[in-house]
Amino acid sequence: MIFRSNLIVGLTIFALVVLIAVFAPLIAPYDPISHSNLLYAEEAPGAQFWFGTDEQGRDIFSRIMYGARISLMIGLAVQTMNTCVGVLLGLSAGYLGGWWDEFVQSLTNLMLAIPTVVFALALMAVLGPGIVSLLIALGLTDWAYSCRISRAQVLTHKSQNYVQAARTMGYGRLHIMFREILPNIGGPLIVVATMGIGSAIMAEAALSFLGLGVVPPAPSWGGMLARAREQLMVAPWVALFPGLALFITVLGFNMLGDGLRDLLDPHGKAKR
Amino acid sequence: MDDLLFKDASAAANFDALDVCDLCVHYPVREGFRRRLLKAVNGVTINIRAGECLGLVGESGCGKSTLAQAIMGLVPITSGSIRVAGQDVTDAVQRDPLSQARNVQMVFQDPFASLNPRQTVRQALAGPLRLHGMTNRDEIEARVVDMLARVGMKADAADRRPHEFSGGQRQRICIARALIIQPKLLVCDEPVSALDVSIRAQIINLLLQLKDELGIALLMISHDLGVVEHMSDRIAVMYLGRIVEEGIWHDIFTAPAHPYTQALIASIPDPIAPAETLRRMKGEAPSALRPPPGCAFNPRCPVAFDACRLGDVPYFTPLAQAHRVRCHLLSQGQ
Repeated sequence: MIFRSNLIVGLTIFALVVLIAVFAPLIAPYDPISHSNLLYAEEAPGAQFWFGTDEQGRDIFSRIMYGARISLMIGLAVQTMNTCVGVLLGLSAGYLGGWWDEFVQSLTNLMLAIPTVVFALALMAVLGPGIVSLLIALGLTDWAYSCRISRAQVLTHKSQNYVQAARTMGYGRLHIMFREILPNIGGPLIVVATMGIGSAIMAEAALSFLGLGVVPPAPSWGGMLARAREQLMVAPWVALFPGLALFITVLGFNMLGDGLRDLLDPHGKAKR
Repeated sequence: MDDLLFKDASAAANFDALDVCDLCVHYPVREGFRRRLLKAVNGVTINIRAGECLGLVGESGCGKSTLAQAIMGLVPITSGSIRVAGQDVTDAVQRDPLSQARNVQMVFQDPFASLNPRQTVRQALAGPLRLHGMTNRDEIEARVVDMLARVGMKADAADRRPHEFSGGQRQRICIARALIIQPKLLVCDEPVSALDVSIRAQIINLLLQLKDELGIALLMISHDLGVVEHMSDRIAVMYLGRIVEEGIWHDIFTAPAHPYTQALIASIPDPIAPAETLRRMKGEAPSALRPPPGCAFNPRCPVAFDACRLGDVPYFTPLAQAHRVRCHLLSQGQ
């Protein structure tokens, strides 16, 4: 059953994060922003504050719960954008070929050569901090993998007889790309998209850490880490718990992606 | 069957179902720094009358499938012309792919790859009807069920997906899909070579029966003379991009004139035949990238002589009615 363990652990973590994010206002013991009391600043983890408090006396446990909302929302939204852009480009490049294919491939190589965070950083510098510009910056920078994979998949399916049969039937290019080929290449794309959610969450955290992501009082794991850095020696829990949350969530998405790949890949099934 | 789909059917009746004239399909191929020209189809002229079945035979790599793809408009042609039911294919795929589709349909070799695994049989059959302008749901459903019955499948097959069927059943579905929009010509590219021997006869008989019922013309492509023997009115033998012999069924089998045809017929296993009297050939077909000088068959030909190694093959020598051969032996009157 090693085969399924990735999927089960990944799904469990994913479900947990979703539940926490959705029900944060109901289950969080304190308000993440307004409940600050300098008398309780940098309190160590204990019965009153499970994960301790930060430098302003805010409950870290509550802030992590609310932070899950931002991380999850940004991870899903960014990855949806990336996947749409990547699939659209990869599908059309693979099926149409010619100059469009060469153009898309050069663009993909270009995007792969620039580190995502650096490119997003540059975009954020132009757009200014905030969630909307964060979505734009991250959603348009990390589509290279889904583009490559969809293109490669299209190339293997394009020469198959069922696509040729659709062509001889008189179907147009759009029908063949989206109705014939796309449903058949969905499996690998879902895997790439799932794994990408993890890296999108990481990228959001990185940008917030650098002060360009979610604007401060709002709780974001990356932003919490950034401010915790200064008190790392005095109050390590301020950094530890957001870091752990980030680590577990990203790990969960990666395991989910791995598990889905094993589940969807027909060649993997033989090893069961 | 009523002509719901195409009203222009009668207009095309005067034309040959297929008219290929001096067709060349060449591919530029890079080998390291050198560029070569792969002449997959090299000056082929064939025609099929309405309702006729032409068998096209040749070894792997002789250009049979390229010819089929060119007829379907799937590969660009280098020179020459292809007309299906009087309509130029190159022109039709650009301007009016739907009318090209209603003129000619294809059954592919591999029934496991030629159906979209995500579509049910109903989707695969009803989609083309809708694409070609049928809107009434009941009418579409009736046509799908009727077509399934014609290919020997039950109506409940419509809700299943391709992986639930065997190779033979899938090939029946492929035939149903190809015929559901009532084409005038059906191109079958090795339709039975991926199937079990026990299923082959069923599919061949089905094709013959549908040909008579629906009055379609057939282009039956195979590497196996035994397969086309049973169904073809005429047979064309192809070798390295060229038609080397063409004639009615009886002439090809009783009086094959080209050494290659003779060798092909000799290679059909026949337990009751006496000791081999026909000429056998040796070696493998040369690559179309490096055709030998002279007649392409000369390195393997048991009766090659000097003229065969020089220059090009002669043009067709007519032997009997509709029986013609491209061979130096015959053009020089030996």
